[in-house]
Amino acid sequence: MAKTIHDTPMLDELEKGPWPSFISGFKRLRDEHPDERINAMAGDLLGQLEHSYETRKGYWKGGTVSVFGYGGGIIPRFSEVAAAFPESKEFHTLRVQPPAGNFYTTDMLNQLADSWEKHGSGLVTFHGQTGNIMFIGTTTENTQHFFDEINEYGWDLGGAGPCVRTAMSCVGAARCEQSCANENAIQRHLVNTFTDDVHRPALPYKFKFKVSGCPNDCVNSIERSDFAVIGTWADDMKVNQDAVKEFIEKKGRSYVIDNVITRCPTNAISLKDDDTIEVDNPNCVRCMHCLNVMPKALGPGDDKGVTVLIGGKRTLKIGDLMGTFIVPFMRLNTAEDYERIVEIASESIDFFAENALEHERTGEMIERIGLVNFLEGIGIDVDPNMVNSPRQSSYVRMDGWDEEAEKWFQRKLEEKAAG
Amino acid sequence: MSEMRHPIESGCPDGFQYMHPVMRRNYGLWEYHEHPRPGVLRHVARSGDEIWTVKAGTQRILDLYSLRKLTEIGDKLGDGYVRFTLRSNIEYMVEDEAKVQPIIDALEEAGFVVGGTANSISTLSHTQGWLHCDIPGTDASGVVKAMMDELIDEFKSHNMPNRVHITTSCCQINCGGQGDIAINVQHTKPPKINHDLVANVCERPSVVARCPVAAIRPAMVNGKPSLEVDEKKCICCGACFPPCPPMQINDAEHSKLAIWVGGNHSNARSKPSFQKLVAAGVPNNPPRWPEATAIVKQILAAYKDDAKDWERINDWIDRIGWPRFFEKTGLPFTKFHIDNWRGARNSLNASTHIRF
Repeated sequence: MAKTIHDTPMLDELEKGPWPSFISGFKRLRDEHPDERINAMAGDLLGQLEHSYETRKGYWKGGTVSVFGYGGGIIPRFSEVAAAFPESKEFHTLRVQPPAGNFYTTDMLNQLADSWEKHGSGLVTFHGQTGNIMFIGTTTENTQHFFDEINEYGWDLGGAGPCVRTAMSCVGAARCEQSCANENAIQRHLVNTFTDDVHRPALPYKFKFKVSGCPNDCVNSIERSDFAVIGTWADDMKVNQDAVKEFIEKKGRSYVIDNVITRCPTNAISLKDDDTIEVDNPNCVRCMHCLNVMPKALGPGDDKGVTVLIGGKRTLKIGDLMGTFIVPFMRLNTAEDYERIVEIASESIDFFAENALEHERTGEMIERIGLVNFLEGIGIDVDPNMVNSPRQSSYVRMDGWDEEAEKWFQRKLEEKAAG
Repeated sequence: MSEMRHPIESGCPDGFQYMHPVMRRNYGLWEYHEHPRPGVLRHVARSGDEIWTVKAGTQRILDLYSLRKLTEIGDKLGDGYVRFTLRSNIEYMVEDEAKVQPIIDALEEAGFVVGGTANSISTLSHTQGWLHCDIPGTDASGVVKAMMDELIDEFKSHNMPNRVHITTSCCQINCGGQGDIAINVQHTKPPKINHDLVANVCERPSVVARCPVAAIRPAMVNGKPSLEVDEKKCICCGACFPPCPPMQINDAEHSKLAIWVGGNHSNARSKPSFQKLVAAGVPNNPPRWPEATAIVKQILAAYKDDAKDWERINDWIDRIGWPRFFEKTGLPFTKFHIDNWRGARNSLNASTHIRF
């Protein structure tokens, strides 16, 4: 386990400048750490990375590494240039699920650091793009040891491959007045129902949950998850007229006109002559802009719930897709409410498992088969909120129009009866 | 061999055990927040309780020394509670305002950068790059380090019209996601195939199925089963490379960077929007990628100068129009900016709405 100090002229350039340097961190592990194993690993990692910088190529290949009992959760990496950089030739990442909102005590971070120091390279990222804690760089053997150790004190692996993936939530109700949801409960109810699907990849492709407390969508759930849960409210937004006046006094009337009133996408907010604000609540689309500008004066209402959108994803293979919503509003107040959202997720995953092609995401499957087929598959009724506009083309067969219209009237009657 | 230990399938842990007691106590009961200075948030609960947050940028790929420095600051000067944001900034939550300045001083003393709140340029979100990915066309952490060195003043201040989220992706799968500005690898040549390896390494039907434009077909090459690419159809996306590493897409010269703007996930004002291509052919030039940084700074300067308060980059362009965007940034508009992918017709201007 000999440490090699490779020349790294290109990486050395990244030690200059005011932003914290990851290269300086690697060098500290190589030069200052008491454990020779870590010194040697960091030394050869720096060597391989410099080689990549010089040749503009990556030199890691995948493989099959897992822990006992699981089929996923590890990103295996074997070096293609192991002869030159043998001490980092196995450099796997463990994906570990964080709590919703990414909260830690410093004690817990230190405990994780101690475990990682024993078994890993000493490099870690909070967090990867899906939301996992990324413990970057260990051998096949130590993958098991590190997992065994941290699993004993409450940490579990996330997803990798075609499976339900680690979920992610914004800071949410823990600190944000705009949150309309209990992100911690939603994330755990959803992802922990599918623990088996997280650990044993058997779906057509990945399936991601993300939870945002409000439509500002700070975890980018609409575009970056297959199943996005976003908090919203159904009653009137809160207006604190004293705080409105205070805001106008401080920032001026024209600031409010230019930055609040005229920016409302549905012209649903107006400023009165007495410096109060009036909101046309039935036409407010809960975009959050005015609340963002005046957080002390304006707030979400009390009748809180969530909107569910499905099918967001990045480029591969048909191009980027935003999620489109399938549930306009549901309250999450009771155990039954939570059972219902888990049921919708469960139906969605089952339908995806049975109908998607290999390596096809939920959004792509819906694009291929049409939203209506998906809705019928998971038992959700159509809703005019689901479209920007109704169909434009007359080239369509409409057998059964009368029955469908009757269903709509029936539903409206039932809604009325339910009050 | 000793018996293997069975995993405890605990899944996602309960966050309440790691949450500051003030946040636990006031969960869902917050009233408003303020930005007393860049890098600091003050949240006030209905109960009157307050929580102060200090936010700092880090190198994201943390070595144990940096991680322990961060926890030491939280132990000694804070309340021992932290969280990480989506863009890998660390946040210290404390009950007492008096603890804010000592934390800021200690973070800056240790080389971390306090800021990233409100209308600043936050840390770039990024992927793994050459450090760990199996298909990267470029590095990720290095790009971010080089770019944040140049944008650091905007991280530490509230001078932009609205928040700016920048992302990078090291291949065209674009794990880095969207941003107000995104710097992504863009390949410009079809894959180079090592026909000796294809039959042994690749599951050929799934590689054929992976191609977005059906340009790959099975073929016998030198008497061996392999795959061939119709190079006229090929869009050089690299989707075949992950399932079939002998179809090497990365090229030291021809893997370039492209720059995209206007990706916005928030529902505020307009509906969420996709990012749009604005520049391509940018050299993939380690260790500091100066050409990419220069274009990003050009776009940021035009945005900062011309956008109104609260306009994200997409809002700004919606108001001024694309012709003026290209005029103000000095970037060329080419035939490649006109989309021809599915749904492209929706991106054409079917009106006489033209600015003069």
